[in-house]
Amino acid sequence: MAGKSLLKKIQTVQMEKISKYFQGVAANRNIDLTIRGGEILGLLGENGAGKTTLMNILYGLYRPDGGRILIDGVEATFRSPRDAIRAGIGMVHQHFMLVQNHTVVENIVLGDGEAPFLFPQRAVEQKLLKFQELYGLKVPPYARVWQLSAGEQQRVEIVKALMQGADLLILDEPTSVLTPLESRDLFSILRRMAGEGHGVVIISHKLEEILDLCHRVVVLRKGEVVGEADTKGVTKEELARMMVGRSVVFSFDWKPAPKGEVVLQVEGITVRSDRGTVAVKNVDLSVHRREIVGIAGVAGNGQRELVEAITGLRKVESGRIRILGKDITNQSARVIHAEGVAHIPEERIRFGTVPNLLIYENAVLKRHHFAPFSDVLFLDYSEIKSHAVDLVEQFTVAAPSIRVPMKHLSGGNIQKLIVGREVSAGPALLVASHPTYGLDVGATEYIRKQLLKRREEGEAVLLVSEDLEEILELSDRIAVMFEGHIVGILNRQEATIEQIGLLMGGVRS
Amino acid sequence: MQLGPLQLTVRWEVRQKQPPLLSALTLLGALAMGFLWVGLVFFFLGVDPVFALRKIFVGSFGSVYGWKESLTKGIPLFLISSGLCVAYQAKFWNIGAESQLLMGAVCSTWFGLHVGASLSPIVGIPLMFFMGFLGGALWGVIPAILKVRFGVSEVISTLMLNYIAAEFVSYLIVGPWKGTTKYGYPYTDDLPKHLLLGTIPGSRIHYITLFLGIVISIALFILLYRTKFGYEVRVVGESPEAAKYAGIDFFRTSLLIMIISGGVAGMAGVGEVAGIHHHLSYPGNISAGYGFTAVITAWLGRLNPLGSLIAGFFFAGILVGGDAIQISLRLPAATVHIFNGILLFVLLVGNFFLNHRPLLQLHRR
Repeated sequence: MAGKSLLKKIQTVQMEKISKYFQGVAANRNIDLTIRGGEILGLLGENGAGKTTLMNILYGLYRPDGGRILIDGVEATFRSPRDAIRAGIGMVHQHFMLVQNHTVVENIVLGDGEAPFLFPQRAVEQKLLKFQELYGLKVPPYARVWQLSAGEQQRVEIVKALMQGADLLILDEPTSVLTPLESRDLFSILRRMAGEGHGVVIISHKLEEILDLCHRVVVLRKGEVVGEADTKGVTKEELARMMVGRSVVFSFDWKPAPKGEVVLQVEGITVRSDRGTVAVKNVDLSVHRREIVGIAGVAGNGQRELVEAITGLRKVESGRIRILGKDITNQSARVIHAEGVAHIPEERIRFGTVPNLLIYENAVLKRHHFAPFSDVLFLDYSEIKSHAVDLVEQFTVAAPSIRVPMKHLSGGNIQKLIVGREVSAGPALLVASHPTYGLDVGATEYIRKQLLKRREEGEAVLLVSEDLEEILELSDRIAVMFEGHIVGILNRQEATIEQIGLLMGGVRS
Repeated sequence: MQLGPLQLTVRWEVRQKQPPLLSALTLLGALAMGFLWVGLVFFFLGVDPVFALRKIFVGSFGSVYGWKESLTKGIPLFLISSGLCVAYQAKFWNIGAESQLLMGAVCSTWFGLHVGASLSPIVGIPLMFFMGFLGGALWGVIPAILKVRFGVSEVISTLMLNYIAAEFVSYLIVGPWKGTTKYGYPYTDDLPKHLLLGTIPGSRIHYITLFLGIVISIALFILLYRTKFGYEVRVVGESPEAAKYAGIDFFRTSLLIMIISGGVAGMAGVGEVAGIHHHLSYPGNISAGYGFTAVITAWLGRLNPLGSLIAGFFFAGILVGGDAIQISLRLPAATVHIFNGILLFVLLVGNFFLNHRPLLQLHRR
């Protein structure tokens, strides 16, 4: 079956002198890029470097302002993704575009023009089996999408693209939602696809995975190609320098420090999820002064609910939470904040900011209620503005002015402002949920340093992250959550990535 | 659109800024288009468009009488639409201002007839406005509670409460509250003389309510943009999740919003009863759909209470101008609705152009 190719594969895709402007700002400038069949190409760059824009042009979502696209030497014009799909190009976006309440087969049929009108499921199921055999793409055909893990949903997206006849598959930040194990599976699928002659483009800012998976890497910075290399002959440090334009520190100056008194004391709390199931089961946890406690775990194992319970966003069913000895169980978010808990939320744009309000208005979100930013009735705007200016300067937020809406900032700068806002409140406990998720190397480095600085200054930090390297680099102690329980707490010295990985999968040693 | 071998596509890009000059030009452009269109309608009705348009202008902003009437009709719009600005900024879609006005009218009428008779105007009139505020606020709080506690859409509940209030008023005036001095007409008795609101001589402008309308608009502007509460209202409207994160009490905020929004609509009801009609009568008499017109003026004013003041005055002028042609040209009453509809339409289209920039692209097929 492997010999009987499904379609004639694309040999080369050339993008020549591609330029794209958004309101006068160049997102892509004179970019030349060649993608070959049978090759995995990494497109590396920081947030805002223009990677996704470039691929959206190739997928027909945007029209370039200049330049042209050649497929096997023939010029092609894509007015919409439909044209691109017809030409054999498929794309899996960072956020999946699946109908949550439909089954896998139903979702796939939606995009499949060749499926028979009546009883299409059977035909699709046959094809699914074929892909499973060819590439190891396993998906449960009759499960509903919401029941699937992120990794499974991603496989559905890939199958969907392949069914539409994609020879060239573009994946935008494919591992950002996956566990380490799922990432490994994905990579082996992609390798088999390349082996069958498919072209694959991976958009990423993770250096390790680019080096691990790709044959060739193209680095973008500020909308331009700044480097290209075979992954065999290049190091992580070299790529990072190309991407950021300067050298990047990869290991932080972590010094052992004696931990101080207990700041956060969680005693046997049980918390329910939005669906009403018990998400946090009888969890005990403490965080001391001069300590970072990292919480590792696959998403959906109760980390979010634990954080929300501590920060006052979710009700605790039973158990106690104390801050510096004071019982704050089931107090409001405002009271808990006043007791010295700051929170860098998981969904920073939805929860941490108000996109349409101005930067200075966002600079006091939650703190607007307290002196010196307000009295009983009125806000003190001059105080608020000068605070915002301080934050922007001190935390190196790249913003044209504090008078522009928050939504005009890039992801990294939004997070810097949130971190600055929360840190500047001088909290006894900083709860940071996925603080560097989706951020570029520069911003990630900056924010990790800020967390370490809190620790050096003698405060407590609770760090929740799926990035194991981040957890290992920053934490004094590492707690692993699995199905609502803390299944192990490891000291920094004794923790290894393998051990944590096993605990995350529910395997106790 | 195809032009030979070329294809023209239009995309709309959101404008980040609306310069004042552009705002003024789009407004003027929209009005010009609107009057052209209205003129066409007149033409097909067999009326000289130039003559009719001049009548409208003279009837609204082109004569002393027109100004006086526009201000009179503007008063309830000022009050209601500035209150709606607060609700809409929190994305609380109160479309029940009509009933909040009526309940304000009911409460103040009850007060005026039963309690106010023995009070001096200095005490009685403020208390009457307070009762109106209370009536509107209580009626407004119902959908707020329904929304926060039971998840009932406020669009449905506020809309339905309009019918209940209107029927309630109708019941009162033909039933228990029917006046003894009204020769069988379905009106309540007149309020005591000393509680009636004074008017500017030679007009129907009840200046106390006008004053209140302007002051409250300014106060609500300050509330929205200068106070903690206004900040929280805007955060709730822009992002309920961020509001939760910031520890903003959604229940309390929603209640206060509807107390304000409903309350000021209730005060508009006091003005209509004590300033214009002097008694409670049919709902359609008490309010010429002000609660709905105010929805439009709040939006035209970009949900800024001061902007809605200007929009309210302008729209009142349109209402008055419509009345003028209806009377002087003996056109059917529906003509006024067409006229208002066209103007609203062009204003909204103008707003769209103000917020979006067309991008034309020519490319080979």
